[in-house]
Amino acid sequence: MATVAEHIETQDHAHGHGHEEHHEQSFIRKYIFSEDHKVIAKQYLFSGIIWAVIGGLMSLVFRLQLGFPEMDMAWLKPVLGQWVSLAPDGTGKLDPNFYLALVTMHGTIMVFFVLTAGLSGTFSNFLIPLQVGARDMASGFMNMLSYWFFFISSVIMFWSIFLETGPAGGGWVIYPPLSALGEANPGSQSGMTLWLVAMALFIVSSLLGGINYVTTVINLRTKGMSFDRLPLTIWAFTFTAILGILSFPVLLSAALLLIFDRSFGTSFYLSDIYINGHALPNQGGSPILFQHLFWFLGHPEVYIVILPALGLTSEIIATNSRKPIFGYKAMIFSMAGIMFLAFIVWAHHMFMTGMNPFLGSVFMLLTLIIAVPSAVKAFNYITTLWRGNIIFTPAMMFAIGLVSFFVSGGLTGIILGNSSLDIQLHDTYFVVAHFHLVMGAAAIFGMIGGVYHWFPKMFGRMMNDTLGYLHFWLTFIGVYLVFFPMHYIGIAGFPRRYYQWSGFETFNTFADLNAFMTIAAILAFAAQIIFIYNFIYSIFWGKKAPANPWRSNTLEWTTPINPGHGNWPGEIPTVYRWPYDYSKPGSESDFIPQNIPFSATPESNLPEENEMISEEKEIEKIEFNHNIPD
Amino acid sequence: MKTLETTMIQETKPILTVNKYKFIIWLFIITIIMLFASQTSAYLVRRAEGNWTEFKLPVIFWWSSSILIISSVFMYLAQQSAKKDNYGKLKTYISGAFLFGIIFLAMQYIGWLELQDSGIYLKGNPSGSFLYILTGLHAFHLISGLVVLLFAFVASYQLKIHSKSLIQIEVCATYWHFLDLLWLYLFVFLLYFR
Ligand code: HEM
Ligand SMILES: [Cu+2]
Repeated sequence: MATVAEHIETQDHAHGHGHEEHHEQSFIRKYIFSEDHKVIAKQYLFSGIIWAVIGGLMSLVFRLQLGFPEMDMAWLKPVLGQWVSLAPDGTGKLDPNFYLALVTMHGTIMVFFVLTAGLSGTFSNFLIPLQVGARDMASGFMNMLSYWFFFISSVIMFWSIFLETGPAGGGWVIYPPLSALGEANPGSQSGMTLWLVAMALFIVSSLLGGINYVTTVINLRTKGMSFDRLPLTIWAFTFTAILGILSFPVLLSAALLLIFDRSFGTSFYLSDIYINGHALPNQGGSPILFQHLFWFLGHPEVYIVILPALGLTSEIIATNSRKPIFGYKAMIFSMAGIMFLAFIVWAHHMFMTGMNPFLGSVFMLLTLIIAVPSAVKAFNYITTLWRGNIIFTPAMMFAIGLVSFFVSGGLTGIILGNSSLDIQLHDTYFVVAHFHLVMGAAAIFGMIGGVYHWFPKMFGRMMNDTLGYLHFWLTFIGVYLVFFPMHYIGIAGFPRRYYQWSGFETFNTFADLNAFMTIAAILAFAAQIIFIYNFIYSIFWGKKAPANPWRSNTLEWTTPINPGHGNWPGEIPTVYRWPYDYSKPGSESDFIPQNIPFSATPESNLPEENEMISEEKEIEKIEFNHNIPD
Repeated sequence: MKTLETTMIQETKPILTVNKYKFIIWLFIITIIMLFASQTSAYLVRRAEGNWTEFKLPVIFWWSSSILIISSVFMYLAQQSAKKDNYGKLKTYISGAFLFGIIFLAMQYIGWLELQDSGIYLKGNPSGSFLYILTGLHAFHLISGLVVLLFAFVASYQLKIHSKSLIQIEVCATYWHFLDLLWLYLFVFLLYFR
C-alpha cells in the first residue's frame, strides 16, 4: 500500500491551521489540566480502572457474605473497621447495613463511574476526533471541565465510603422513602446527601462531555467524511451522547426533588409515613413519581452503557474478520431505533408498582419491540464473522465475548419484559443475572476489548497477547459461572438485596450453588489482576507498536505512532470511502484505508465507485470557512 | 481561468456551516428543556393524583413577565446595533437587557414574598412546593444567563463585539431569548394548571 504514504506526503502544509504547531506546555497543562482529548481520554481510562477495582472488591465482600453466610469475617476488620462486628469469641460478622451500602455503591460505581464515565469518557474522547479527522474536541475547555467535574464527583463519592454512618444504602436506584429518611437506614443520612451531590456533579460532567461529542461529530468532520462514511464507533458514541443529553437532566430533576424532600421538608415523594408510631408531617407525595423520573433516565442509561461497547465491537469485529461489516446501514438504523425506543419503555421496571394492567401491556409491547433492533445487531455481528478470515487478537476475543453475553442476557430480557412473568421474577436474582450479562459483562468486555485494540494508539506500545488470552478465558468462563447459576436461584425465588437467606428453610438447598458463584466471582476478579499487570507493564515496557498494527482502515491509524497535540502533523487526511473496505475483490491488499481515493484503486472499484472519482476533486476543493473561529 | 476557479470554490459548500459555539448553546438549551419538561410532567402526574391545593399566582408575575419581554427586546436591539457597528447603541441596549434581567429577578423575589403572605410555603402541599421549585429553577438559570450576558456586556465595552465578530452576542442572545420563552411557558403553564 505505497499509496498511503504517498498520499499523505503529497498533502502539504498549505492550510496553516492554528492548532498544528507544537507549543511547549508546562507539565500541569499537559498532563493534569489538559485540554487535549487524548490526555483527557487517558485520565478517564485510569479513573475508570481505579473505580472498577474498588467496585469489584466491594462485590467480592458481599459475595463472600452471600456464599458463606457463616464465615468468620474478622480478617476483614483491618480494612472495614467498625463494619465488621466482633463476637466475644473473636469471630466477625459483616454489618447488615453495610451490606446494603456495599450493594448500593457497587451498582452506582459500576453503572455510572466505570461504564458511563470510564467507557464513554475514554473512547468518545479518544476516538471521536481521531476517527472523524479533527484536531481536537469542539471545546477543549469544556472537555477539561467535564473531566474535573467527574473527578470532584468521584472524590465526593469516595469520601462517602468513610462516613461514620456509611455510604448510601438504598440501592443504586435510590427509591424513596428509603433514601429520603435518615431513620430508614443509616446510609440514608449523610451518605445519601453525598451521593446526591456527587451524582449532580456527575450529571454536569456527562452533559458537558455529551454536548462536546455531538458538536464535534457534527461540526468538525474532515473533508469527505460524510455521515455515510462515519465508522460505526462514531455513530454509537453520537447516539450515546444524545441519549445522555436527553435523559440525564431528568435524573437531575428526580434528584433535585429528592434533595428538597430530604433537606427542606417538602413532600414530593413522601406521604402517610409513621416512624415508631409517630406520623411524619409530610402529606401528599408520591414515591411512584420518583420511580417514573428515575427510570426515564434509568432505562436510557443502560443503553448509554452498552451502545459505546457495541460500537467498539463493530469496529473490532470488522477489522479482525477482514470483512466489511454486515449491514452498515442496518446497524445505524437499529441503534437509532434502540435510542428512540429507550425513551418509551421505562415502566417495564415498574410492573409491580400497581400500575394499570392495560398500561402495563402497552409498556410490555414496546419493551418487546426493543428485542428486534437488538437482534438485528446481534445477527449482523454473527454474519460479519461468518466465513471471515478471522484473526483472534485479544480484542477480537473480547468482542466476540460481548456478542455472546449480549445474546444470552438479551434472551432473559424478553422473559422479563412480559409483565405477567415479571410478577414472579421482579427483584429476584433472575433480574440480577439478566442485567449483569447483557449490560455489566457485555459492556466491560467492550471496554476491555477497546483497550486491547486501541492501546497501541494510546500508548505507542503493544500489550502482551498471551496474557490477553489468559485474561479472556478466565474472565469469560468466570462470568458465565457466576451469572448462569444466578438464573436458577432467581427462578427459585431468591430476592435481591437480602443480606442472608439462612433463615428460610427452602433456600438451604441452594447454599452450595451460592458458594460456587462466590468462588467463580473470586476467580473472575483474580483474572483482572492479569489485565492490570499487563496494562501497566505494557505502558512502560511493552513492545513498540507499528503504525497500523491491526491493518485497520479508520483514520486514527494515519496519525504518527504517538500523535501529538493536533493529531496530524500536516494537513488532516481527506476521506474518500467508507471504513469497511476489507478484503475487497480485486485489491491486492486486504484493506483499503479511508483516505485512499478511488482513483488510486481502479483494480477494485465497483462501477458506482468509478463514477465517484470525478467527485474527488470536489471533495478536495472543500474550503473550511476560516471566518468561523474555533 | 480565474473566474472559473472562483465560481468553483463558491459552488463547493464548506462543511462548517454552523458555528460550533452556536451548536453547543443549542444542545445546552435542549438539556434545559428536558429538565423543565420532566419537572412539568412530574407536576402534571402528581396533580392528576388528587389531594392538590390550588394556588393563585402573585399578580406581580404578570409585571415581571412583561419586564422580561422588554429585556429580550433590548437584547434583540443590541444584536442589531452590533451588526451595524453602532457601538453607542449596543452599549445602551445591552445594559438595558442586563438591568431589566435584574429587575425581573427582584420581582420574582417579591412574588415569593407575596406567596408566603397568602400562606403558600415551600413546605406543605406539593402544589406550592412545585411552584417554588419551578420558579426557583428558572431564576437559577436566569442568573446563569446574566453571567453570560455580563461577559457580552464587558466585551461590548471593550469594543470586542462588532459586525465582524458577532458569535458571542449571538450565542448570548439565543440563550437570553430562550430563558425568556421558558419563563413565558412556565407562567402560562402555572396559570393553566393551578
Ligand atoms: C431484549 C431487550 C431487553 C428487554 C426486553 C429487557 C427487559 C427488562 C426488564 C423487563 C427488566 C425489569 C426486570 C425487573 O426489575 O423486574 C429489565 C431490567 C434490567 N435491564 Fe433489561 N431488557 C433488555 C435488554 C437490556 C439491555 C441491552 C440492557 C443494558 C445494556 C439491560 C439492562 C437492564 C438493567 C440494568 C436492569 C435492572 C435494573 C435494576 O432493577 O437494577 N437490559 N430488563
Ligand atoms: Cu429497562
